[in-house]
Amino acid sequence: MSISTNLWVWLAAFLTLTIYSFLYKDNIMYKFAEHLFVGASVGWSIAIIWHLTVFQYIIDPIKEAVLNKDVLGFILVLVPTIIGLMYFSRFSRSKGWIARWPIAVTMGYYTGISITPSIETNIFKQVEGTILTSFNPGSLGSWWALLLLVGVVTTLFYFFFSVKHAGFVGRTAKVGIWFVMIAFGASFGYTVMARVSLLIGRIQFLLHDWLGIIK
Amino acid sequence: MLFKRTLPLLVVFVLGIAMMIQYFIPHPISQSFKEGADNWIRIIGAFAIVLGLASFFHVHTRKIMRKNKDSIFSVVAIVSLIGMALIGILGKDGLDNWLFSNLYSYIIVPLDATMFSLLSFYIASAAFKAFKARNAMAFALLVTAIIVMLGRVSFGSFLNGLVEWIMVYPNTAAQRGILIGIGLGIIATSLKIILGIERSYLGGE
Repeated sequence: MSISTNLWVWLAAFLTLTIYSFLYKDNIMYKFAEHLFVGASVGWSIAIIWHLTVFQYIIDPIKEAVLNKDVLGFILVLVPTIIGLMYFSRFSRSKGWIARWPIAVTMGYYTGISITPSIETNIFKQVEGTILTSFNPGSLGSWWALLLLVGVVTTLFYFFFSVKHAGFVGRTAKVGIWFVMIAFGASFGYTVMARVSLLIGRIQFLLHDWLGIIK
Repeated sequence: MLFKRTLPLLVVFVLGIAMMIQYFIPHPISQSFKEGADNWIRIIGAFAIVLGLASFFHVHTRKIMRKNKDSIFSVVAIVSLIGMALIGILGKDGLDNWLFSNLYSYIIVPLDATMFSLLSFYIASAAFKAFKARNAMAFALLVTAIIVMLGRVSFGSFLNGLVEWIMVYPNTAAQRGILIGIGLGIIATSLKIILGIERSYLGGE
């Protein structure tokens, strides 16, 4: 057993134990760690945005444009900066509507850019993966591929609410529910195991990195 | 009305159509337009975080002013935010600053991992309450979850084949159905926004 002499490791161990203290009941140490986590995470994000966006995409390009007397380059940075600054109009009651401009630019960009990849990856690729397979009755894999096709179609029936789930549609949708329930079970099992692996990681940290009990 | 509503809607329409069309034009002009638009969005988005920060400070300073028993934790949140941001921004070597890196590795990483690992206890107790096999379908969910969990630990290795079959066929089938639904939803909502049918993001007035 060799306890760590690194103060940072002790700090991390202390914070780990304060979070686990919540298993007993909500307490001030847990609340301290919780608020520290929120504050530090936001602070970290601000530093990242400052260096990777504000410096890289605003300050450095403006400096460069001024040094090279590049008017177009300067305008191309200044315009989005002014649009971004329009967000601050939210602090005024009467001029709050100005913030609609940066929101409009953001909405236009993201809606336009999301449509085509969505068609390609969420629809074409999924349909392609479901139906593009050569069927060979002697091969078990082909029957499983058929099961996959049935699963996709019946799941789609289940999520199609524009018609009443009765008769043929109702029976098909019911088959879809079976597939959905199995998928939810699998997802739940995976989520639990992911959390358990995080727990194992923290226990390993406490017993190996901090206390040095296990090798 | 023109500047408050009509022009922002026009901006959404023009930019939405332009971003949609550029995807189909493999030309240097189209690509440089896309890169320019990407940079603009990064710049505009950076300013949006100031609104989030203002909200954060507003909530916590109000708690401090009220002087209730938990106001000390708001001080902790504000001090840690300012401290972390200042060290990251003003520290020597920028993001490679040793103190900033250590604060990330020994405060944020362990807190993040521990917070999520805490869920393993609650997710198990929630499952115990929720997973009562009330009908055959709930039983299917329960059995699948147990098989997948057991198949991922060493003594359940005999279930590996079954787990793989579940993940590759029934699970993929339902996930694909859901993905196709999500895709259709994204397209329909995006089109509604571009065409100005959905305009709730502009707020009232």
